[in-house]
Amino acid sequence: MKIIIIGDGKVGHTLAENLSKEGNDVTIIDKDPEPLKKASEYLDVMCIKGNGVSTKVLMEAGVKDADLLIAATTSDEMNMVCCLTAKKLGAAHTIARIRDPEYASELSVLKRELGLDMVINPELECAREIGRVLSHPTAVEVEPFAKGRVELVEIKVTGNMPVAGMKLKDISAGINQSILIGAVQREGEVIIPNGESRIEENDMINIIGRPVDVHDFCSRVVPDSNRVRNVMIIGGGRVAYYLAEYLEEAKIRAKIIEIDRDRCYELSELLPNTLIINGDGSEETVLDSENLGDMDAFVAVTGRDEENLLTSLYARQRGVNKVVAKINKITYASLIKNMGIDSVVSPKQITANGIIRYVRGLKNAMGNPVETLYRIIDGKAEALEFIAGQSTKFLNIPLKDLRLKKGILVAAIVRKNEIIIPHGKDVIKPGDSVILIVKDQRFSDFNDIVEPGGIPNEL
Amino acid sequence: MNYRMIFGNLGTVLCIEAALMTLASIVSAIYGQDDVYAFLISIAILIVVGFLLHLLKPKDGQMYARDGFATVALSWLFISLFGALPYFISGAIPTPIDAFFESVSGFSTTGATVLTDIESLPRGILFWRSFTHWVGGMGVLALMLAILPSVKANTVHMLVAESPGPTPGKLVPKLGQTVKILYVIYSAMTALQIILLIISGMPVYDSVIHALGTAGTGGFSIRSTSIGAYNNVFSEVVIAVFMFLFGTNFALYYRMIRGNLKSCLRDAEFRFYLGTVLVSTVLITLDLTGKVFGSFWEALRHSSFQVSSIITTTGYSTADFNLWPSFSKAILMLLLFIGASAGSTAGGIKCIRIVLLMKLVRREVHRIIHPRSVYTVRINGKAVDEDVLSGVTVFFYAFMCIFAIALLIVSLEGKDMISNFTAVATCIGNVGPGLGIVGPMGNFSSYSVLSKAVFTFCMIAGRLEIMPVLLLLAPTFWKKVNI
Repeated sequence: MKIIIIGDGKVGHTLAENLSKEGNDVTIIDKDPEPLKKASEYLDVMCIKGNGVSTKVLMEAGVKDADLLIAATTSDEMNMVCCLTAKKLGAAHTIARIRDPEYASELSVLKRELGLDMVINPELECAREIGRVLSHPTAVEVEPFAKGRVELVEIKVTGNMPVAGMKLKDISAGINQSILIGAVQREGEVIIPNGESRIEENDMINIIGRPVDVHDFCSRVVPDSNRVRNVMIIGGGRVAYYLAEYLEEAKIRAKIIEIDRDRCYELSELLPNTLIINGDGSEETVLDSENLGDMDAFVAVTGRDEENLLTSLYARQRGVNKVVAKINKITYASLIKNMGIDSVVSPKQITANGIIRYVRGLKNAMGNPVETLYRIIDGKAEALEFIAGQSTKFLNIPLKDLRLKKGILVAAIVRKNEIIIPHGKDVIKPGDSVILIVKDQRFSDFNDIVEPGGIPNEL
Repeated sequence: MNYRMIFGNLGTVLCIEAALMTLASIVSAIYGQDDVYAFLISIAILIVVGFLLHLLKPKDGQMYARDGFATVALSWLFISLFGALPYFISGAIPTPIDAFFESVSGFSTTGATVLTDIESLPRGILFWRSFTHWVGGMGVLALMLAILPSVKANTVHMLVAESPGPTPGKLVPKLGQTVKILYVIYSAMTALQIILLIISGMPVYDSVIHALGTAGTGGFSIRSTSIGAYNNVFSEVVIAVFMFLFGTNFALYYRMIRGNLKSCLRDAEFRFYLGTVLVSTVLITLDLTGKVFGSFWEALRHSSFQVSSIITTTGYSTADFNLWPSFSKAILMLLLFIGASAGSTAGGIKCIRIVLLMKLVRREVHRIIHPRSVYTVRINGKAVDEDVLSGVTVFFYAFMCIFAIALLIVSLEGKDMISNFTAVATCIGNVGPGLGIVGPMGNFSSYSVLSKAVFTFCMIAGRLEIMPVLLLLAPTFWKKVNI
């Protein structure tokens, strides 16, 4: 794939490194010659000095036949303009980094009007990542889908879980969340289950649904002992805000310690269910008086890496179960790994990972009309995203009336901002993106998923 | 210094050389001459040494600039040494230093020879001699990068050290892809020239030899009177045009293929290159008409060929320009220093550097008039980095220094000044013929062993554009901990 990256900062560099290693043709554009020099020495990429907004520079970088353009400069506005220009000049896909929360609310409008294929917000992604770590303590792997609106969580079923030994239809009858168990991995075999399938001990089950619902389900089935119920967050920046929002939704109680009084007021307005404490989170007394030792989890997301690491170490010493620290610079990674902090998250790394995952999906989907394609469960099954259009033959037909081919599961229907975990009565409408879980087969046409003659009244 | 990695790469290069030599041995076998054994022995030695070196696996795979430069410099030294084996073993060139001189002259695309009786040599040996031009023109390590499937990002240092010009760059994001494109263009142009030469009436074997020599801008001929021996205007035109083409920056061809012809014609270096060729041709033609050649057209025929041959540092000749008037000779000598474009197969200082140096001079004059002025040097509308500019001036100084020192050593022998001067210049510029006893009809055989050693050093230094070679001479470079 031909990829152009604008902005050779940390995210740009990480992206270039990973994408070029995966065999893509990467061109980097930056105004500053210094980082470009480093990139040209250490990476197999082409470097162009210039302003990524300029048409001339973009043309020089070969935007005409570029498959993807990623704008990752420090300015949101510049990223948007870059993507807009590139799209007009012929780039097939564009990704912009937009981090200002002011834009976050208008994201869907921006995306539509600017023709952006993906918007990535480092702080939001970071908060989500921390949230996932906290809310799925037993989860083996958490995979976001449909740009984060759908989540796929892999859980290992242990003997003390109530779902062990139950049939799927009984499980879904017992809960009111709309989640779906999409694939079951048993002794290395992948099973696409139906209502009659039974969950057994030691199965790895893949649960699909809205993040909140998935979390609800997990908290129901996971035994009490390892659940996180309350969290202390140090630092009240953007990450803390997004995280607290996530935790509020997931019904995890959180308290934020922030040093700046004005910011505290702001936060308390924005987050009604979160306790905001005005104090210096790096002070032992403040932490102790807020009974740090009784917390289930501790998250350090201040702007300073050293402070985050040290307070995390202190929390660990005080016996907090789960400790997460945010760092911006990923140096001395091997040192940090041995410090005893459960998770170290870096917004830049997460941003890069998010984009790389998207690019992989895009690459896999290239050459067929699949919107995105993810390999799941070690590549043993695939999750495909199709967009239903006018050519789709089974629009507005209840799913229970369709005879799908074996090994296919309609896992989710994304209709604008609505996520539907389909049941028999649900229908596919034009414009929906439909997520399918497929085992052992490949599809190039959405219409192929039904058996011949599987659509009622076809004649 | 990562010795393991450098010598590991060296092993790979030698294995590639063995493969290249196989081709020469096939040619030799076709003509059924007894030099085939010399090739087989050389190939066996290359494979053994190359494979043993190749087994060295680096502990640390990261290649830094110093490792890349050292790999290139040592590779060139080693391929020249091993490339001399067939000459020596077959008995074509009985003394080791002469064989080494011939081999270096081949790989560095110089085309200077110590052979006095070329026509009597076996055809396999002659093919190998010209084939080394072809390989050396585009670069041995470039060939390695093009062939090997796994090109690591940091191997870009090797390309930077090997390819000529102040700012070697990639054509496409992938390094491996870039060198592949270069080699494809190079091979296609060579093939086209072979066909045209055959059409012009040159024998097939001779066409191949001269096309290889032209492509690498080398200049080894299989006739002691070079192209003049054929006395064929069509062949001369084909060779003259192709010499010019091979002296053009290959990046321009890539741009042309991509449909961007206009920007090629507007390229500052290309304009300077073309302009120099045209002006020199006209001046020499006017100088020669009446004095050496009777008709204007005869003068134009020989002057255009010679200008193209010297500026591209090829070194073919159609006439003995040693006998031309001194104005013409002076122009040719200056062209010898200028050389052709960066990113081509030619040697010399390169047009782009001359253009930059002239702009630097203009900037200095400008600064005297307006001491506070800020003035960026531009090429094709783009500002040139100050690092590049200082690199160009340093290169120019280093080039002249090596020239001066080499001239001093060679002069110890007591040969005439013109011969010594042009002999050193022609070696460091990778041209081939000079004036006096090393003129187009002469050769280097009468020089002493010391002088020949100096010439070989100059040829490699000229081909690699000084710095990689100077690096090998720096004592700190060889220490484990270099401070």
